[in-house]
Amino acid sequence: MSTVALGLARGGIEVKQFFRSREQAVFTFAFPLLILTLLGSIFNRAYEGTGVTAAQVFTASMVGAGIISTSFVNLTISVAADRENGTLMRLRGTPLSAVSYFMGKIVLVAVASLGQAILVLGIGALLYDVHLPTSLDKWLTFGWVFVLAVVSCSMLGIATSAIARSGQGAAAVANVPYVGLQFISGVYVGPITTLPVGMVTVASFFPIKWVCQGFRSVFLPDAMAKWEMAGTWELGRTAAVLGAWSVAGLVLCLLTFRWTSNRT
Amino acid sequence: MTAIQVRGLRKSYQDHVAVAGIDLEVAQGEVFALLGPNGAGKTTTVEILEGHRGRDAGEVAVLGQDPATGTSAWRARLGIVLQTATDAAQLSVLETVRHFAKYYPRPRNVDDVIDLCGLTEKANARVKSLSGGQRRRLDVALGIIGTPDLVFLDEPTTGFDPEARRQFWGLIEKLAADGTTVLLTTHYLDEAEALANRVAVLARGRIVAEGTPGTLGGRATAEAIVRWTDHNGPHEVRTATPTALVREMSGNGELNGLTVTRPSLEDVYLNLVGDEK
Repeated sequence: MSTVALGLARGGIEVKQFFRSREQAVFTFAFPLLILTLLGSIFNRAYEGTGVTAAQVFTASMVGAGIISTSFVNLTISVAADRENGTLMRLRGTPLSAVSYFMGKIVLVAVASLGQAILVLGIGALLYDVHLPTSLDKWLTFGWVFVLAVVSCSMLGIATSAIARSGQGAAAVANVPYVGLQFISGVYVGPITTLPVGMVTVASFFPIKWVCQGFRSVFLPDAMAKWEMAGTWELGRTAAVLGAWSVAGLVLCLLTFRWTSNRT
Repeated sequence: MTAIQVRGLRKSYQDHVAVAGIDLEVAQGEVFALLGPNGAGKTTTVEILEGHRGRDAGEVAVLGQDPATGTSAWRARLGIVLQTATDAAQLSVLETVRHFAKYYPRPRNVDDVIDLCGLTEKANARVKSLSGGQRRRLDVALGIIGTPDLVFLDEPTTGFDPEARRQFWGLIEKLAADGTTVLLTTHYLDEAEALANRVAVLARGRIVAEGTPGTLGGRATAEAIVRWTDHNGPHEVRTATPTALVREMSGNGELNGLTVTRPSLEDVYLNLVGDEK
């Protein structure tokens, strides 16, 4: 079988294993949903002259934050676990290429992320009256932001797993930057213009800010763009930053990926 | 045709010399056992042969290739049986073996392999529900699914109960009967004696003896001990010619409690390993 066909086959068993190990599936999915339900219920302010509520803005941002949980956080943990439980040791002794292994992980993330996005939007529609866009244009934007988010954050997750020495340590290694960046990217505190400029500048170097901004452009009316830092959705810049991170993530992956935890 | 050829292999970790110059030759179709106490360098040697570890010096050819630059096509001809993996916990035995079969250009039949490894009744059970012995047999199944020319077994029966070990040996014998070359490491001497055509004893990174299990360390030609009991009590005589001794003694009729023993593989082994310390 070709590298791609094997990557898809890996994807199939990755998805199976992910959903069968309930702790991991629940942990990955539940955290963003819990935050969405709790914080969304607290935010009740409306944005003047737009009819958009803070909870709706938060829901749009949480689509992005949820995908980053299912990609970056989930992969940091699951690749470290694969290193610990012998999965990688075994694969290394087979003709399978590392690229097929990465592809399998990306398939897992794409499936889990789509599920995550549907759950977040479902809760948003149910509790906060979030409306799905009807124009093809918006869905195209959703498509490319989704793909770039999944690819860049998956690569970064695999690369980050090299730092973690154990599956358990990996949860901390992944969650600290994830939660921190969510704060300074204006996910919890909105609109992003209320944050100190320096903070947002730091956040602008990382994918989360752009992923969430991209999804706000999809799920919010265009009038809301004035509450972004630039006053516009900056879709071109979003594509550039996420594309750059996808390439950088792949390079980092290839440089740091280790089949085993021994270093000689 | 040689499956494994090693000359002057060396490997150190910081100050510790794990492998201190090993020469080794394993013919195709042979079952070869590396014996030695913990820390003797067995696992390091095997990991270098598998291509999982680099080396400091020496020439190594495994199936005609240097493992340090092993290609995917080369790995397809190897079977590596892990001993401590707990992967694939959420998959069934059948799903796991079927998936791994896809990695290889000429896989064995999935059901046949599961049957050969005695896992047919467990085919649909989740891997996490298997006992230790069943889990190791799954490891063998995954090691042989690609029809390998050479199989590495690193201490495969550690922690097995006696019955599970016997079953496992039967499995290895079947593999060997198919012409598969097997490199086995073990610290069970009876295992080496039961399975291997040839053994090498490793101690402190060196091979201190090599031969068939029956002749290792001069075992076949060593002095035998003849014991018997008569009206004067028990006798014990060491002799290089036990047959002659017994013929001479038995002229007086039946000898009570007659035994003739050669040093066991264990005696020879302890001697060899002890000399090095």
